[in-house]
Amino acid sequence: MTRPLNVSRIRKDFPILSRKVGKKPLVYLDNAATTQKPLSVLHAMDAYYRSSNANVHRGIHRLAEEATLAYEHAHTNVGDFIRASSMEEVVFTRGTTDSLNMLARMLAPSVRKGDTILVTQMEHHSNLIPWQQLAKAKKAHLRFIPVGVRSGLLDLSTLDRLITPRTKVVALPHVSNVLGTINPLSEIVSRAHAVGAVVVLDAAQSVPHLPVDVKKSKVDFAAFSGHMMYCPTGVGVLYGRSSSLSELEPVVFGGEMVREVSYRDASWNDLPWKFEAGTPPIAEGIGLSAAVDYLRKLGMDSIRAHEKSILSYAYKRLSSMRGVSLYGPSSVANRSGVLAFNVKGIHPHDVAAWLNEDGVAVRAGHHCAMPLSHLLQIPSSSRLSVGVYNTKGEMDILADSLVRAQHVFGGSIHE
Amino acid sequence: MSESKSRDFSGEGIYREFITDQYQHPLNHGKMSHPDISHREKNLSCGDDVSFQLKMGKNGKVEDVRFTGHLCVISTASASLLSEEIKGKSPAQIEKMSREDVLGLLGIELGPTRLKCAMLPLDTIQNAFRINRKYGKGGK
Repeated sequence: MTRPLNVSRIRKDFPILSRKVGKKPLVYLDNAATTQKPLSVLHAMDAYYRSSNANVHRGIHRLAEEATLAYEHAHTNVGDFIRASSMEEVVFTRGTTDSLNMLARMLAPSVRKGDTILVTQMEHHSNLIPWQQLAKAKKAHLRFIPVGVRSGLLDLSTLDRLITPRTKVVALPHVSNVLGTINPLSEIVSRAHAVGAVVVLDAAQSVPHLPVDVKKSKVDFAAFSGHMMYCPTGVGVLYGRSSSLSELEPVVFGGEMVREVSYRDASWNDLPWKFEAGTPPIAEGIGLSAAVDYLRKLGMDSIRAHEKSILSYAYKRLSSMRGVSLYGPSSVANRSGVLAFNVKGIHPHDVAAWLNEDGVAVRAGHHCAMPLSHLLQIPSSSRLSVGVYNTKGEMDILADSLVRAQHVFGGSIHE
Repeated sequence: MSESKSRDFSGEGIYREFITDQYQHPLNHGKMSHPDISHREKNLSCGDDVSFQLKMGKNGKVEDVRFTGHLCVISTASASLLSEEIKGKSPAQIEKMSREDVLGLLGIELGPTRLKCAMLPLDTIQNAFRINRKYGKGGK
């Protein structure tokens, strides 16, 4: 039995939640785009700037020592959170996009002409374009695990055909940022490993919402962003199993990442620093560590249970409305975080703008997954996405507002 | 918040009755049988998609207009009002029309994202003349 979240107490940790939009209280349901930040995270960064600000791994002085210790501790703490073996497996980057781009460039030498890179039809652009461009440059094949348009689930019966000895990389999202689908990893990972391919997990939408265990899932690499897990923008993580990471060469060069440099040559620093060229996001890394403490205190099982019940309530309310289409799995058992929908006769931009006038923040558009939008045969959709501070009452505000929108816009030529 | 002062969150906001009326009952919506000019444009970021059909008079001015498409409230209202506004205008006059003219017709303030919705119809009509140069001065 998991401990239920004390949501009214949690809401007090996020000062922004008490602001108004016009005359309406803010209802923030755009957490998949970015989450709000709790005071403990803001305080941790503020304290660093007020009392320990210095560059890391460079100075002998006291401030440099304190900053270095805090920054290194952040790696260990974030690594523990996803069950990595050690700090060596945790590279801080600018975010998921940066992690995946860097990784695609680092894996480039292992991909040859005629090889296959396998992704899914539900990728966010950040886990599609780096592989698409790598495949183009190497004249390799880019293949896709299909998504059931109705079910929102990956069709694993295609794996026999899609995973071959020429498959070098299998990249997939843990949770789809449009469909909310939680993808099953074990079968894909074991099949990929059986042919010697590496598995890359886009965990941007899972780490803030589900217990994630990189060891148990046996993925080789995982990428996620701080700002979607209650931490500031500008920091993210590239996790790599140390045996996998140590085989890769860095692709970004400069200070911090070197051991010894001559005019003609250079040797690299230890893991993870050899992949962190230049001055890293120190304050943001410390903020990420504080965010991890915050999530750990709430408990990932409790967070999952809370968000699941909110999502399931929203699903029930919206699916009972006439003219509302929902996308993704119909069972909340295999979905998390997001709920994309369309209201018949009302353009998603209008849905979002209408909701905004009631204080409700949702996303509208293709959610950085244009090919998936084409596959679903919808130009765009609206998307609500939940976090630790959302309530069923907020889902009622959203649904009631949509009902009013249907009255105002109803009966138009667009239905 | 200084932003909330400049933006109208009160009452009906951008969805005041005048705008939603245009959406539900747009002027010149539909297709014409033998247009002189036909042009379609899309806003890829939101999926808006509009086609304009124009009938040109002997005097070189717009005689009739029709539009169809998959459009949001703001772009529909803009297309509706513009389609009426350009009747009797020459391609050169239409080329001179600007963002201010469109906002003047709509009578609402818009942020940067929604401005794209409002501007799609005018952009489409202006591009229609740029492509079909024989009807205008080519837009240069």
